[in-house]
Amino acid sequence: MKYMLLIWNRPGFVEGLSEQERTALFGEVDAIMKELTESGELVGGQALADPSQTRTVQLRGEHPEVTDGPFMESKEQFAGYLMVDCDSPQRAVEIAARWPDVRMGFGVLEVRPVMDEAGTEM
Amino acid sequence: MTPREVEDLLRALAPQVLGILVRRHGAFSACEDAVQEALLAAATQWPERGVPDNPRGWLLTVAGRRLTDEWRSERARRDREVAVALREPGYAAVAPPADEAPSTGDDSLTLFFLCCHPALPRSAQLALTLRAVGGLSTAQIAQAFLVPEPTMSQRIRRAKQRIEAAGARFVMPSPTERDERLRTVLHVLYLIFNEGYTASSGADLHRAELTGEAIRLTRQLHRALPDDGEVAGLLALMLLTDAHRAARTGPGGELVPLAEQDRRRWDRTAIAEGVALVTEALTWSPPGPYQLQAAIAAVHAEAPSAEETDWRQIGALYRVLAAVAPNPMVTLNRAAAVAMVDGPRAGLALLAPLDVDERIAGHHRLAAVRAHLLELAGEPEAAREAYLLAARRTTSLPERRYLDLRAARLASDR
Repeated sequence: MKYMLLIWNRPGFVEGLSEQERTALFGEVDAIMKELTESGELVGGQALADPSQTRTVQLRGEHPEVTDGPFMESKEQFAGYLMVDCDSPQRAVEIAARWPDVRMGFGVLEVRPVMDEAGTEM
Repeated sequence: MTPREVEDLLRALAPQVLGILVRRHGAFSACEDAVQEALLAAATQWPERGVPDNPRGWLLTVAGRRLTDEWRSERARRDREVAVALREPGYAAVAPPADEAPSTGDDSLTLFFLCCHPALPRSAQLALTLRAVGGLSTAQIAQAFLVPEPTMSQRIRRAKQRIEAAGARFVMPSPTERDERLRTVLHVLYLIFNEGYTASSGADLHRAELTGEAIRLTRQLHRALPDDGEVAGLLALMLLTDAHRAARTGPGGELVPLAEQDRRRWDRTAIAEGVALVTEALTWSPPGPYQLQAAIAAVHAEAPSAEETDWRQIGALYRVLAAVAPNPMVTLNRAAAVAMVDGPRAGLALLAPLDVDERIAGHHRLAAVRAHLLELAGEPEAAREAYLLAARRTTSLPERRYLDLRAARLASDR
């Protein structure tokens, strides 16, 4: 079963970290990615650029209007995702719980099942 | 031979060659890699240059040579003394003679047990079975399971490491362990089948091919264990289910429920084989869960129309199944059958206890069956709510479309 782990965190939180803390943070991410690669659970993932680089497109009147900045004005912004293929939903949650953003309180992870093209007739 | 025929031949030979090599050398992981390389070499060379007179011997020779090369280079890495490396047994001593006796079905059976070793997570058991017994390449398995090739490659590598770490050897499990292990093998084959069958509506051709692969592997297991009623039952269940394939989706890929399928499009040859297999098995074997599910599928298959389905018999079979293998999914299916005999209220009553069974309480199938029974009971509003609940719970796109549509029909009826 595939899950997408959506990473939401405070933009720029890294700025407030000491060098040592940063090294520890990125080291943790690397370690989890390595583990997921070796276990054959990692399907993919991407980190997104800072939210200030976002353009939001939505309909105004009859035409799409483009504005600078993210759609949602929240303290936490969508920062990237991880796609995993796990044997159980518990395992996906366990991976999310170990992600440094959660562990250190910089953000939250959403664990969402990915829809499948397959299905059973009823 | 066409590339397709070559591939079929290679896939049939793969477990035989692997069996011979592993019996001879141990080192399952290294042998498995060597066989994969030999299969790849054959797949590129044979369609052009023709199939050798003794294809198995050819594969054994090539795989044996790879193994020797591998061991030589490993030894060279570990030991810088060239002299030692030269004293290693050469190719002639390691490669089995090309005319080695064909392996019996027992080799493939032992391989099944090894690939479904209890030390492995389920997804690894599926992948390894497809590769080592099925002779599929890592790329093919990755395509079938919709993951990148490196992910699948790593999953298989890790699986082989775990098997070796668990000290598993290429021998039959002890009689006490054997039954339990066989149940795992059957379950893995069932999951492979399901993965392909449920996908056969979409554009996932590679994935849909898993159905055929699961049937082929289960046939192979049935040949090795003709006296096991559950193996026969599983094969029958697969054939009877796969017989619906052409009728189970509409022109837009939408799911067509069993009751609305055009039965003229069911595969009668597969049905005849499935019915014969399960009928025969039930005469001498104690009825296990796969035989009972196959028997239920056979009752559906033999009904000329949905209206003429013998629901009483299906209900009775579900009752036996619930006694042999109690599980909430069986209760759910039984409720649907009971509703057809004793009315929707009787079915709904059977569903009630499932709301507090955490194994199924949040499952979309429970909400979907309840929706259907509420609709039959003349409660469109409650039925609509239940369909919508089921639609929100499923992670399958075609199921969500189907359930949303049923809900929408009830809304427009008002």
